[in-house]
Amino acid sequence: MEQLIRISDNIDAAEAVAFVQSEESGGVVTFIGSVRNQTKQKKVLKLVFECYEPMAILEMEKIAAQMYEKWQVKRVAMLHVTGEKLPGEVVVAIAVAAPHRGAAFEACQYAIDTLKETVPIWKQEFFEDGAVWVAAHP
Amino acid sequence: MRVLLFGIMKDIVAAKTLTIEAELPTVGDLKHWLKQEYPAVQDLKAVMIAVNKAYASDETMLSSEDEIAIIPPLSGG
Repeated sequence: MEQLIRISDNIDAAEAVAFVQSEESGGVVTFIGSVRNQTKQKKVLKLVFECYEPMAILEMEKIAAQMYEKWQVKRVAMLHVTGEKLPGEVVVAIAVAAPHRGAAFEACQYAIDTLKETVPIWKQEFFEDGAVWVAAHP
Repeated sequence: MRVLLFGIMKDIVAAKTLTIEAELPTVGDLKHWLKQEYPAVQDLKAVMIAVNKAYASDETMLSSEDEIAIIPPLSGG
């Protein structure tokens, strides 16, 4: 199994796709997440991401391991940013290659859903009138 | 015991790390102490504790050599 897992200031979704492409896989599915310019009709100026990097990498490796086990994917790339990001900028890119498309779609959806639930990364959303840590309160 | 703080926990405590003198044998004791000492923690959706870079249950025993982190609600992706 081949995997590319990284947290950095800037990520390139094309790098994730290029990493997973190979002759043994018939399908590649990619999820690219970027900063929205509004939340509940409020203009978003920027997001600031923070992570507990050593643990975040371990949790991302666990997700990749589960993807190999459940869907027999061949290659996985999971890239996430840290630091300040403006609307439109890419913050997460996940690319999955599998022999067939069904497995690739399911595994990619599992990866982004699980990343949001288990990987220790936090984002603060900045508006014109202040900032909030996303999802902190019920 | 020294614990790492992230996200909204850094704002609540107004620091990046917290040194705790109290005797807190387990993860559950640490959570209870946090909620008493910093009532704003009770308003969070959830709070988890990581011990040596893995999520830990309330029964997990803490030792001074452990790397302990307070994990407020996540919002990656």
